[in-house]
Amino acid sequence: MRYEFTTEEEDFRAELVDWIDDLDDDYKSVSEGGSDDDWAKALEVRKMLADKGWLTLHWPVEYGGLGASMMKQVIFTEEMVYHSIPGRDGFGTRMLAPTLMVHGSEEQRKEYLPPIAKGEVQWCQGYSEPNSGSDLASLQTRAVDDGDQYVVTGSKIWTSQAHRADHIFVLVRTDPDAPKHRGISFLLSETDVPGIRVEPIINMAGHHAFNQVFFDEVRIPKANLVGEENRGWYVAATLLDFERSGIDYPAQAQRTLDELIEYAKGTNGVTGQPLSQDHDTRRRLIDLQIQVDSTRGMAYEVADMQSRGEIPNKEASMAKTLGTRLVQDVHRFGVDLLGMYGQLRPGSYLSQLDGRMLDAQLGTVAYTIFAGTTEIQKNIIATRGLGLPRG
Amino acid sequence: MDSGYPGASRAGMDLSLTDTQQLIRNSARDFMTENIDSDYVREMESHDTGSREEIWKSLAEMGWTGLLVPESDGGAGMSLIEMAVLLEEMGATALPGPFFSSAVTGATAIAEFGSDKQKQEFLPRLVDGDLVTALAFLEGSAAWDPGVVQATATRAEDGWALSGSKVFVPGAAGADLFIFAARTSQDGAPEDSLTLFLVDAKRLDSSAIKALDSISDDRFAEVDFEDLMIPPDAVLGEVGEGWSALKRILDVSTAAKCAEMLGGSRKAVDMTVDFVQERSQFGRAIGTFQAVQHRTSDMATDLEVGRQLTYKAIWKIAEGKDYAHDLAIAKAYMSEKFPDICYGAHQMHGAIGFTQEHDLQIFSRRAASARVMFGDANHHRQIIAEQMGL
Repeated sequence: MRYEFTTEEEDFRAELVDWIDDLDDDYKSVSEGGSDDDWAKALEVRKMLADKGWLTLHWPVEYGGLGASMMKQVIFTEEMVYHSIPGRDGFGTRMLAPTLMVHGSEEQRKEYLPPIAKGEVQWCQGYSEPNSGSDLASLQTRAVDDGDQYVVTGSKIWTSQAHRADHIFVLVRTDPDAPKHRGISFLLSETDVPGIRVEPIINMAGHHAFNQVFFDEVRIPKANLVGEENRGWYVAATLLDFERSGIDYPAQAQRTLDELIEYAKGTNGVTGQPLSQDHDTRRRLIDLQIQVDSTRGMAYEVADMQSRGEIPNKEASMAKTLGTRLVQDVHRFGVDLLGMYGQLRPGSYLSQLDGRMLDAQLGTVAYTIFAGTTEIQKNIIATRGLGLPRG
Repeated sequence: MDSGYPGASRAGMDLSLTDTQQLIRNSARDFMTENIDSDYVREMESHDTGSREEIWKSLAEMGWTGLLVPESDGGAGMSLIEMAVLLEEMGATALPGPFFSSAVTGATAIAEFGSDKQKQEFLPRLVDGDLVTALAFLEGSAAWDPGVVQATATRAEDGWALSGSKVFVPGAAGADLFIFAARTSQDGAPEDSLTLFLVDAKRLDSSAIKALDSISDDRFAEVDFEDLMIPPDAVLGEVGEGWSALKRILDVSTAAKCAEMLGGSRKAVDMTVDFVQERSQFGRAIGTFQAVQHRTSDMATDLEVGRQLTYKAIWKIAEGKDYAHDLAIAKAYMSEKFPDICYGAHQMHGAIGFTQEHDLQIFSRRAASARVMFGDANHHRQIIAEQMGL
């Protein structure tokens, strides 16, 4: 038992924090899914990370990565998120690349991994459909066999960054007659090809972060099939073997909480006393810190299990459930703490804390929905984790 | 921001048990399975000491009463981590009796603060189970704070004269030795004015002990010390430094209590997971319903978090790290979640779990006591606030 990082891990953290401290302030507090200006900064940082090798910190050495331990990956994510540094490439380095390492052909790995490692490409993920959300395996986007190509027709939705992506990995139905999990294939495509159309969807925070992607008889070479035909569901599930502690959530929440503590200590209420002396405010700050510690503990447990080669089914779902709720709660409290000023948008005259609390409160509504809703996570905890029978 | 991520130094990396810890867990589980069932727990509720003689002897023979006592004093010399692993199993069976009071609170007090003479006199007997201790700290306001102590100790010709009335003294009627906190000066702040004493229970008249009828297994009593004369060598630690010793004793006990609560929480979750698979309504197991699955998932999640927070605090104490933040977090959390988990278990069990005949209520009653023992959630929130700079 050891509730502490190793010296080597702490040294890595120190090196990373030094690098972050030296980084130009323009690259800090950047919202990755945000404006075109923020996106441009994210791509610049991604290049810097690629040069340091940190973009592929977690890749095995044989693929040009640093082969970092699970805990180093956790530290990397923690510090980057805590300091709001953009540039990590979730879809490329963390989702598609590991999948190709396990299921991709030699040609696919040679073609796709190096540009990801250099930070030169942007991938997006074509999973959800208008009629397939939590029941993802019911997806209907059809891929018809036509010689050495598939002809793909249908649409994907909630596709983050599709408007900025040059590539998409997409789950399609190749066998409409098979049981739903066994007729799905995993394909790779460029986005700038005939028949693909990307339509923006504006979220409730006013940002263009996701899209609907339409496929109209799009021709995708069979060489772009990852793994076997009709085994795409299981190819997609491979991602479970990579770091999925959910450490992002407590790191993000701790950052916000620290800002709120400073704000509460430095701002006087109507009584002339700092807000931090208000009983109710103190109570909520304390309880949020307990929640952060709880969630961080779960994230470390997941990473620790993965370090030891165990599959953290229920634990990862617990970390996701707790973490997403936490991030909502801390920003919701942030808006409360700012009172009337809490409703002012980023950039507004008189807005406090740059309007981030409102922006994040609206933006984090999605957290308990994306990547498996809280309700689906609880189903997983109950059935896979506790062994309760399926309904 | 110039500093690193502030949670970093409060982090956890290898959460597995060592072979020794695993061994203790296994032997504790075996022992509890063989010897402790709910009939025994119920029978002991009307028993004088809460522990049948041969069971108490067995706890000593297993080396558990002396687990925290150094080998040089006849104990097993293990750390608080091993004790926590054991207490988790005891909590899961609701083991009654004075084990906690003696083997955790008493052993820590004497082993860490006793003079050589006191260690020689008391520790071997404590290890053998021949000596049971009880902490006589709280008074009227019952706050877990140095200011609670109004009892006095005044120097007399042949030692000290103790006066004061203590409440919530656990297992008082069966105790052989009291750890008594008194003010030895009236001028300074309470934390600079306390002294601890080891008081032989034989010096007290039995009429001085008035039993409190409490919900759980603690056998609390009010104990009156009225001009009780004790010898000069009864001082534990240094005169005037009682609070720093007592704080340490209470911190160790708080962490250990969290481990015991963890065991009770685990049992309530396990009982629920079993029950919802056995109980059938509308033609199928109620565990197939999502409403039931989700409440059960929430309970299991709270339990898992509690495990992380508890063992992190315990590891920090065992390793001599700064533990103030993590210990307060753990107890604040467990004080809320052990009862929450029990409420959830009752809700999932329906009416049957509400009966005295069903075992679930044993753990709910344990939770009612443990949540306030060594400070409730609010007490520990104030410590967290200090740690947060609020």
